[in-house]
Amino acid sequence: MKKNEDAAAKKKPKTSAAQIRVQKDLTELELSSTMKTHFPDPVDLLNFTLTITPDEGMYKGGSFNFSVNINTNYPHEPPKVKCTQTIYHPNVDLEGNVCLNILREDWKPVLNLNSVLVGLQYLFLEPNADDPLNKEAAEELRKNREQFLHNIKTSMKGGNIRGVQYDRVLVQ
Amino acid sequence: MATAPTSTTTANGNPSAADWQDRYHHVDQVLDRPGPRTDPSFLAGDEVKAFLRTSCKILVIGAGGLGCEILANLALSGFKDIHVIDMDTIDISNLNRQFLFRQKDVGKPKAIVAAEFIMNRVPGVTVTPYYGKIQDKDDDYYMQFNLIICGLDSVEARRWINATLVNLVDPENPESLKPLIDGGTEGFKGQARVILPTVTSCYECSLDMLNKPTAFPICTIANTPRLPEHCIEWASVLEWPRVHGDKRLDTDDPEHIGWLYKIALARAKEFKIEGVTWSLTQGVVKNIIPAIASTNAIIAAFKIATSSAAYLNNYFMLIGTDGVYSYTFEHEKRDDCPVCGGQALDISISKEWTVDRLIEMLVEKQDIQIKKPSLSTATKQIYFQAPPQLEELTRPNLERKVSDLVENGDHITVTAASLPFNLMVRVTYV
Ligand SMILES: [Zn+2]
Repeated sequence: MKKNEDAAAKKKPKTSAAQIRVQKDLTELELSSTMKTHFPDPVDLLNFTLTITPDEGMYKGGSFNFSVNINTNYPHEPPKVKCTQTIYHPNVDLEGNVCLNILREDWKPVLNLNSVLVGLQYLFLEPNADDPLNKEAAEELRKNREQFLHNIKTSMKGGNIRGVQYDRVLVQ
Repeated sequence: MATAPTSTTTANGNPSAADWQDRYHHVDQVLDRPGPRTDPSFLAGDEVKAFLRTSCKILVIGAGGLGCEILANLALSGFKDIHVIDMDTIDISNLNRQFLFRQKDVGKPKAIVAAEFIMNRVPGVTVTPYYGKIQDKDDDYYMQFNLIICGLDSVEARRWINATLVNLVDPENPESLKPLIDGGTEGFKGQARVILPTVTSCYECSLDMLNKPTAFPICTIANTPRLPEHCIEWASVLEWPRVHGDKRLDTDDPEHIGWLYKIALARAKEFKIEGVTWSLTQGVVKNIIPAIASTNAIIAAFKIATSSAAYLNNYFMLIGTDGVYSYTFEHEKRDDCPVCGGQALDISISKEWTVDRLIEMLVEKQDIQIKKPSLSTATKQIYFQAPPQLEELTRPNLERKVSDLVENGDHITVTAASLPFNLMVRVTYV
């Protein structure tokens, strides 16, 4: 009987290094009023949604959702981040893939979830035409800034640009 | 004639022809007398030979490129009781360097084939295979070994075994400290290191020294592929989720790899890029590091097992890309290492204490200087200071008894901005 109890005790789940690191990262997040996290399953810290509502810049007035998925190899590997809406942005494609250097080629274990959040927020303040994922949007930003700003407005209202239907993302 | 023959019996029941005269003539040169660099605790002679050849039990993790070399070297240098774990089966592409396998073995588990090969080839050696994951085994399993050697190609598996062995250490029991020898190679570069869990720097301490997995900017993959790797990443990073939705890519599933290969090949054709092959596809998505040599790990193993020379302290690097360059240095433990660097604290509290009371006590403790701690167990959160949703959800726990949330003897992980990494609190009730 005692032996069985001992065996059970040894099979108990242990806190992994990734888990501890995520706990540390999450509880030290500096969330400004323009960012919010939501955990669909609060027991699961590795998968959550991030909502960014820029209060300045060309994307002001929108509310943008990202899924953040962290695997057990964190922080050796970066978190996987995807936009869950179809949005008009030079660095985000229609599938929600995001081109942000620290999410891939420039990720380092010393970076943390806060760095990722800051990076994403920056994307809405300074869209970058040099690393395009939505080539048409990047082209427009480079060549015709007025038209680009107009397209952002149209897309955020759920409009159609060159045959692509964008999601309505205006803050309610 | 002078040495008494040992009468070990092999697994297949043959009396060991094991120790014929002069079998270990060369090995004995270093075991029969101390050398200039031997550890003071080394006692040359029969006792150490008997330990090495009869009672020392050694575990090899991984029976791939490195693992095959390690197993053969161990068996030939006199270890008689060797265990090996590997979760993979033999692929035809392994045969060029994993020399324990033959064409007829393709599809069979690496661990089992490797064990059989060694036992047939080296009389008197017992190799016990386990075909499965290292995570299947519990602490008792790892406790039985004197020494563990890794020949792994995965960072994740290395992190797991490292953390497991660090946790295994019980300061009251010296036997619980299991030296870990880790070898790794990447092309012509190689490294070997010795980890004495909790004593020396561990694998996690040096995680930031690793070459990070090759990743290309996602916009390059999407718009301007130039390399076969770009096409493979296009298939795995962009096309897989687009076509398969939430279905997880299983890099061990040949069907999944086959799909990626097909898509990557088509992409490569479109952009006139050459070099997309099945094995490159597998290599890129699994982040496989090809293995070439491993002699270093084994030398370290032999020295540690017998203390016959100063063991490697503690990191050896070999760079053979441009001539041969090697460098040995002592990698230091990191205070903020999540595995071995955290502080540990044993506390004994009343069964009636609330979580709030416990937090108050941690904050008041002068020696740990903690502010705003967040607490969890391995399976649930106890109290989180942030983000707001989790703070709100865990706030009711502040009023609950610690004993309702944490079993006697269990660990609480405490993190706080003021702590370099974490604090492990082991709670017992009075
Ligand atoms: Zn460490």
